[in-house]
Amino acid sequence: MNTHGKTFKYADNVDTDVIIPARYLNTSDAQELSRHCMEDIDAEFVKKVAPGDVIVAGWNFGCGSSREHAPLVIKTCGTGCVIAKSFARIFYRNAINIGLPILECPEAADAIAAGDEVSVDFDTGVITDITTEKNFQAQPFPEFIQNIIRAGGLLASLKEGAAK
Amino acid sequence: MGMTMTQKILAAHAGLDTVEPGQLINARLDIVLGNDITTPVAINEFKKAGFDQVFDKDRIAIVLDHFVPNKDIKAAEQSRACREFACSHCVSHFYDVGKMGIEHALLPEQGVVTAGDCIIGADSHTCTYGALGAFSTGVGSTDMAAGMATGMAWFKVPAAIKFNLTGSLAPNCSGKDVILSIIGQIGVDGALYRSMEFTGPGVAALSMDDRLCICNMAIEAGAKNGIFPVDEKTIAYMAGRVKREPVIYEADPDAEYEQIIDIDLSAIVPTVACPHLPENTKPAASLSDIRIDQVVIGSCTNGRMEDMEAACRILAGNHVADGVRCIIIPATMAIYRECIERGYVTAFIDAGAVVSTPTCGPCLGGYMGILAAGERCIATTNRNFVGRMGHVDSEVYLASPATAAASALVGYIKPAEV
Repeated sequence: MNTHGKTFKYADNVDTDVIIPARYLNTSDAQELSRHCMEDIDAEFVKKVAPGDVIVAGWNFGCGSSREHAPLVIKTCGTGCVIAKSFARIFYRNAINIGLPILECPEAADAIAAGDEVSVDFDTGVITDITTEKNFQAQPFPEFIQNIIRAGGLLASLKEGAAK
Repeated sequence: MGMTMTQKILAAHAGLDTVEPGQLINARLDIVLGNDITTPVAINEFKKAGFDQVFDKDRIAIVLDHFVPNKDIKAAEQSRACREFACSHCVSHFYDVGKMGIEHALLPEQGVVTAGDCIIGADSHTCTYGALGAFSTGVGSTDMAAGMATGMAWFKVPAAIKFNLTGSLAPNCSGKDVILSIIGQIGVDGALYRSMEFTGPGVAALSMDDRLCICNMAIEAGAKNGIFPVDEKTIAYMAGRVKREPVIYEADPDAEYEQIIDIDLSAIVPTVACPHLPENTKPAASLSDIRIDQVVIGSCTNGRMEDMEAACRILAGNHVADGVRCIIIPATMAIYRECIERGYVTAFIDAGAVVSTPTCGPCLGGYMGILAAGERCIATTNRNFVGRMGHVDSEVYLASPATAAASALVGYIKPAEV
């Protein structure tokens, strides 16, 4: 599995209220919600994002609310991956559970510039900045989590387990 | 190696003698919680995966609290989805309008959660119940769906930070000032992935409402959970209230902590978190140049009886400053009723405030007090992110009920008199 696209870059502590403001949470329709993704810090994001693009951010990405709508709108917009220095723990869990690839890699988060063309190989954890021709190695997921991702999310993995 | 309180509860629920930080476990759940925003997503996932039964109708709690009484048609549809699901699965802890309260004030009050529990909730402030000596953490809707179906959840056993509390609080300070000071000190990711274990001789001096408030905001430091030991106050609080027998866990004397932080409660001052992060804390006394348009006293952080009491002590017989809107939201119907019986509601209205039925409402920018561009609010809520209470150019300052009420009277940020 991999993704390839251009980079959107954000600072530390990107919270779930700016990823998807609560004023829109009177619906759980992912398509409708995704029109407001990142709206409060970057109104241009939804206009510019293309399938496979990558969000690169600082420490504690996804802090705040437990709303699963946050990783869901990022995924629904077509974003292929989020690379951050670290993730808030509920966001991390939610992203895995719904199948949004995320990678922790402080070096890549520092070095990759907004707009750079990037490719990411999820199996090896190798991040390549094609624009600057630099490679970075992210921590791979523990096997337990890889199994959830491979099955296509938490509920799918539970069903797989039950079928065995 | 000894275990922390959190690790002991997790080990017991995973059927293991010991666990260690970083270990992945599958744990049995005592309560699975959701609200009117997160439950509809969980219901979709539950159905999509083909589940048709919940694991135990008595161990699921669904509380309609964020947008109720419903703010609009879409919110009403979401509440209806929750109602239909709760009804068709005979969920015993289903709380609708008239019975509902803000989930994290309601579940402890109603005795749905108890000491020794392992709890997940599809709401980040689920960490509140650590105040009762439970392991309790926020998760997403998919985890809620899996929890409802199987009664189990996977966890990575957290390492811990110990907060050694000593001394006692000044009369104009409360649990909110303690937790804001701690977040100011360690930062919004200062406890990331870890448990915050509050202990020490200072615990005895903190009320249950203080402890609930402190654990409530553990998530604002990035923590997995916050937890207090069970003492006489906890036992007195739970007596006649809890529906299941409490189980008391104690940290081993040789439990390992990544960090130990000493907190002298007597050195805490009224504290305010400035926009746009809960870690941007300053003494309330240093912010007298910050004029405010609105005051919100309520939420899962500070809508409890002691919070109403603190607000009433300051507002009664006085009047809110001209040009300030003061919105008071008791967190549950029982608190709302007691505010009426004690005469607080009359005092609030006479002071120029409004009193709402329980709702999360303005805390997350839902309704019932949304801010326009350029407006400022001092709120007893838990987050001051960009756009949290309304327009992206509005500002939220987080404070205790006493500081919020004192500020309401003068129109700028001001600590309550000692």
